[in-house]
Amino acid sequence: MKPRTLYEKIWDAHVVERHEDGTCLIYIDRHLVHEVTSPQAFEGLRGAGRKVRRPDLTLAVPDHNVPTTPRVGPGGRLLPIADPASAGQLAALARNVADFGIPYLDVTDVRQGIVHVVGPELGFTLPGTTLVCGDSHTAAHGALGALAFGIGTSEIEHVLATQTLRLSPSKTMEVRVEGSLGFGVGPKDLILAIIGRIGAAGGTGHVIEYRGRVFEEMSIEGRLTVANMSIEAGARSGLIAPDETTFAYLKGRPMAPKGEAWERLERWWRTLPTDPGARFDRSVVIDAGEIAPSVTWGTSPEDVVPITGAVPDPDAFDDPAKRAAARKSLDYMGLTPGTPMQDVKVEHVFIGSCTNSRIEDLRAAAAVARNRRVAPHLRQALVVPGSGLVKRQAEAEGLDRIFIEAGFEWREPGCSMCLAMNPDKVPPGERCASTSNRNFVGRQGPGARTHLMSPAMAAAAAVTGRLADVRELVTP
Amino acid sequence: MSGLTRITGRAYPFGRRNVDTDIIIPARHLKTLTRAGLGRFAFEAVRAEEGNVFDDPAYAGAPILIAGDNFGCGSSREHAVWALAGMGVKAVIAPSFSDIFSGNAFKNGIVTVALDQAAVDRLLEVARAHELTVDLETMTVTSPLQDRFTFALDPFRRECLMTGLDEIALTLMRETAIAAWEADAIVPAPEPA
Repeated sequence: MKPRTLYEKIWDAHVVERHEDGTCLIYIDRHLVHEVTSPQAFEGLRGAGRKVRRPDLTLAVPDHNVPTTPRVGPGGRLLPIADPASAGQLAALARNVADFGIPYLDVTDVRQGIVHVVGPELGFTLPGTTLVCGDSHTAAHGALGALAFGIGTSEIEHVLATQTLRLSPSKTMEVRVEGSLGFGVGPKDLILAIIGRIGAAGGTGHVIEYRGRVFEEMSIEGRLTVANMSIEAGARSGLIAPDETTFAYLKGRPMAPKGEAWERLERWWRTLPTDPGARFDRSVVIDAGEIAPSVTWGTSPEDVVPITGAVPDPDAFDDPAKRAAARKSLDYMGLTPGTPMQDVKVEHVFIGSCTNSRIEDLRAAAAVARNRRVAPHLRQALVVPGSGLVKRQAEAEGLDRIFIEAGFEWREPGCSMCLAMNPDKVPPGERCASTSNRNFVGRQGPGARTHLMSPAMAAAAAVTGRLADVRELVTP
Repeated sequence: MSGLTRITGRAYPFGRRNVDTDIIIPARHLKTLTRAGLGRFAFEAVRAEEGNVFDDPAYAGAPILIAGDNFGCGSSREHAVWALAGMGVKAVIAPSFSDIFSGNAFKNGIVTVALDQAAVDRLLEVARAHELTVDLETMTVTSPLQDRFTFALDPFRRECLMTGLDEIALTLMRETAIAAWEADAIVPAPEPA
């Protein structure tokens, strides 16, 4: 048999039918639903008199709109949400899951959180599965060896009605990282460096498989950060082969299979890694040793520089389209070419999002914040755990005390300041050191200026009040 | 959705690269429960710029939009496509598109036309004074100045666009095959949450 990649094995295992035009009807094992992209899909089902084919393969969690301030008041009373449109969307989700019989974790449930934190943490996400959600950061679940990708609302409706999608196979791309990461350099720095190297459209039409010892030695939390941002390189999915780390992470999680079912699946999972000799359509090799703590300077996640670098000069770009884009970005960002990145002052710090709100992220940020204070000129420094379970774990470890004593705000779980859909926003013209995934124009609020970085680097920015090299604040 | 075979009209010569779906419609406008009414929010931040193409009367109601590389990158929000549809756009021409965006577009009767950068540069120039035609039958973009560029289109997407097929209805007809696959599924349903 021809050697196959991990992607090809998962794809082949999910083909319901192959069509002459090259598309396949692909079975979807797991479907996560949130409040923003699903209302029109449920309306579509109602309009056509259709039902949800497999509510038991579906899990709904509100995350984008939810405020990160306390949800429950005195006497256990649910506090109202100020924005009527947000409240309306949350109410619509509650109504839709009730009408269609879909399992649901509401904002009062300790397991509520960002869909991409909740899925892995509950063992809903499994290796070798196909997993979709109406959210582009669904790529994150590829960290566990699931073929996971974001879909639009029409596709959500299609999955709800049929538990399948009609898809064309993707091309495959190997990102092989050689060597190991230096001191102070983590998974976020690595994925930013990868995106900087291959570009925001570099992975379009491809599924990326991340390979190399760096990933084998990386925790599941770190792998989730890497796979999460595959979409920022244009790839709908990113995969990391399931291994002992994956099995140890998942075993015993509440929604994961138990007993004989687990044993049988684990045997299958062990057959999934890419065969020796399997061919990728594209291969990129990156030397981990060359990567420094990374930050973005512009309005695309591909605009990456090492923290030791400076704001680039648009005239240095060969491509006229890139030159024009860089000028526009710098104008929006209020930055002058040649300015050392470490001279850039920030007014806001956001530690959270589906990229970096897991327990290890909070531990890394707390290690920098410990016994320090956020810079006096900072207007806001938020720490937003990715789920109620992450929050509970962090509090058990005393991380909340470290953040609060340093002057951070300790919040309830949700998407928060990543995307300006809930009350957490960056005001126009102000600058934020953010652990989220997108530095797009207006992403954190109209006119907001975003610099992407790791949790440790964001904590370093908070305590210095500027973009800072975390390696100068902690000892190896 | 009714069928689409040919689109003729003015084209917004936008031209920017990495146009993300937050630029097409920012998240604060996603709190809607319907598909309609999003056209007025399309490109809000761009429309705040002096001399932007979207407020230029020459292009008012243009059914075609021309942009740079990686159009529709970022969030999976189908709202971006609904916003474009709401402003009357039926075709987008660019050197490349994000995978999720082009999937969303064709499900809403908008065709994404990928042409090489040189062709896009030429059309950006021609569009300043002339109408363009995007023809799904011949898979060409043409101008009154005798420009003619051919493009590729996934056969299934082309058929859906041209006939206005309901993809869910088509898949529901495959029930026997889906049920047979399920009966042999390797991965069981999740344990209850």
